Amino acid sequence: MTTILESTLDTTIAAGDGALIAVPAGGRLRIVDLHGNQAVDTLLYDAHDLDNRYSAFDTVREQRAVFLTTGSRLLSTRLDELAVITGDTCGRHDTIGGACSQESNVIRYGEATRHQHACRQTFLRYGAQAGIGQRNLGHNLNFFMNVPVDPGGNLSFADGLSAPGKYVELTASRDLLVLISNCPQLNNPCNGWNPTPVQLLGWWH
Amino acid sequence: MSYQHELPGGTAWSFPVRAGRLIRLTALGPDANATMLLFGPDRLDRLNVPDTLKAQMSACIRPPMVLMSDRGLALASVTASTLDWHDCLTGFRQDQLLCTELAKHGLGEADLHASINFFSKVAIADDTRLAYSPGHAAAGDTVDLRTEQDVLVVISTAPHPLSYHDPASVRVEVTPATELHRPQRDEAARALEMSRRTLV
Ligand SMILES: [Zn+2]
Repeated sequence: MTTILESTLDTTIAAGDGALIAVPAGGRLRIVDLHGNQAVDTLLYDAHDLDNRYSAFDTVREQRAVFLTTGSRLLSTRLDELAVITGDTCGRHDTIGGACSQESNVIRYGEATRHQHACRQTFLRYGAQAGIGQRNLGHNLNFFMNVPVDPGGNLSFADGLSAPGKYVELTASRDLLVLISNCPQLNNPCNGWNPTPVQLLGWWH
Repeated sequence: MSYQHELPGGTAWSFPVRAGRLIRLTALGPDANATMLLFGPDRLDRLNVPDTLKAQMSACIRPPMVLMSDRGLALASVTASTLDWHDCLTGFRQDQLLCTELAKHGLGEADLHASINFFSKVAIADDTRLAYSPGHAAAGDTVDLRTEQDVLVVISTAPHPLSYHDPASVRVEVTPATELHRPQRDEAARALEMSRRTLV
């Protein structure tokens, strides 16, 4: 017998805004790139132990590949599986590029960008309600973002492979807190030079 | 004032270093690995590998890159190395060695961050696949770091997590730095400038 779950979450995150969402074990969270080429910076935490958080570089090492896609196991610093990517119509997602911050904007684009809004501000603002502060910010996933690397050890920022309506779906392997910043970055192609809203859909009991 | 210390393979050590010093790491055997965590003067600001990479368009650590913190400061500059690739994409296995060193400074699991694995190379193939490169480092290979802040350095000589080799010893030498770092990119120069402002 097939059970059809009602969507229990259906919300839109405005360009540059964020969210903190509790997803129980077994729950599915879908992020839809409504307008295409929108980076969605995401951190995962074990809902019962914030120190057991998503680790980009443990995840990359254990799968022996830089990009994330369907089947990628998203691991914690303790190598626990926090979630698995169970759906992906985009094809690749970055996890080595980190999040933008006011401070890194100054380094990359100059002093004039210091007071532009940035992902780490959003992480701190929405994380605070769960006790997630500066010490608890690991390196994030960047859904829909494309950061190619090459055998010479070079890295670049490329136009995303995403397009309007593409989505990525996670299935939680344990109770999670998902901290999201819908990236406000204006200075590089990660948002197609124009940040746009994304939709979150969730199914769980 | 100078000193040196030798870490046997499979050990960990932590030591504060003032700004304006040169830290030279020397591999004392083949397939050495020195996993490094780096903290700024308040121990809250710390090495940010993604920011370091994207500001300098690199997927590995090599001279003349500047190692940047969460707060956009240059913590240290990579002034020289006999190797053109030090891994920073594959982290470390969290173990009691590192956690105990952190605990000595009142730090814990929350303070773990992406490391640099000096002397190790994890090659990138076909745009995405990663493979450990055995034999990348030999006895005598070095890397020089100029500290740009008062830092806390945490080093583990446990084998690289993708290596099957026995861990080799690594020598650490700390001496006064005689020259300022000359970076290649504007981004690195800005991080150095921000760092120097905090030392005014
Ligand atoms: Zn951002």
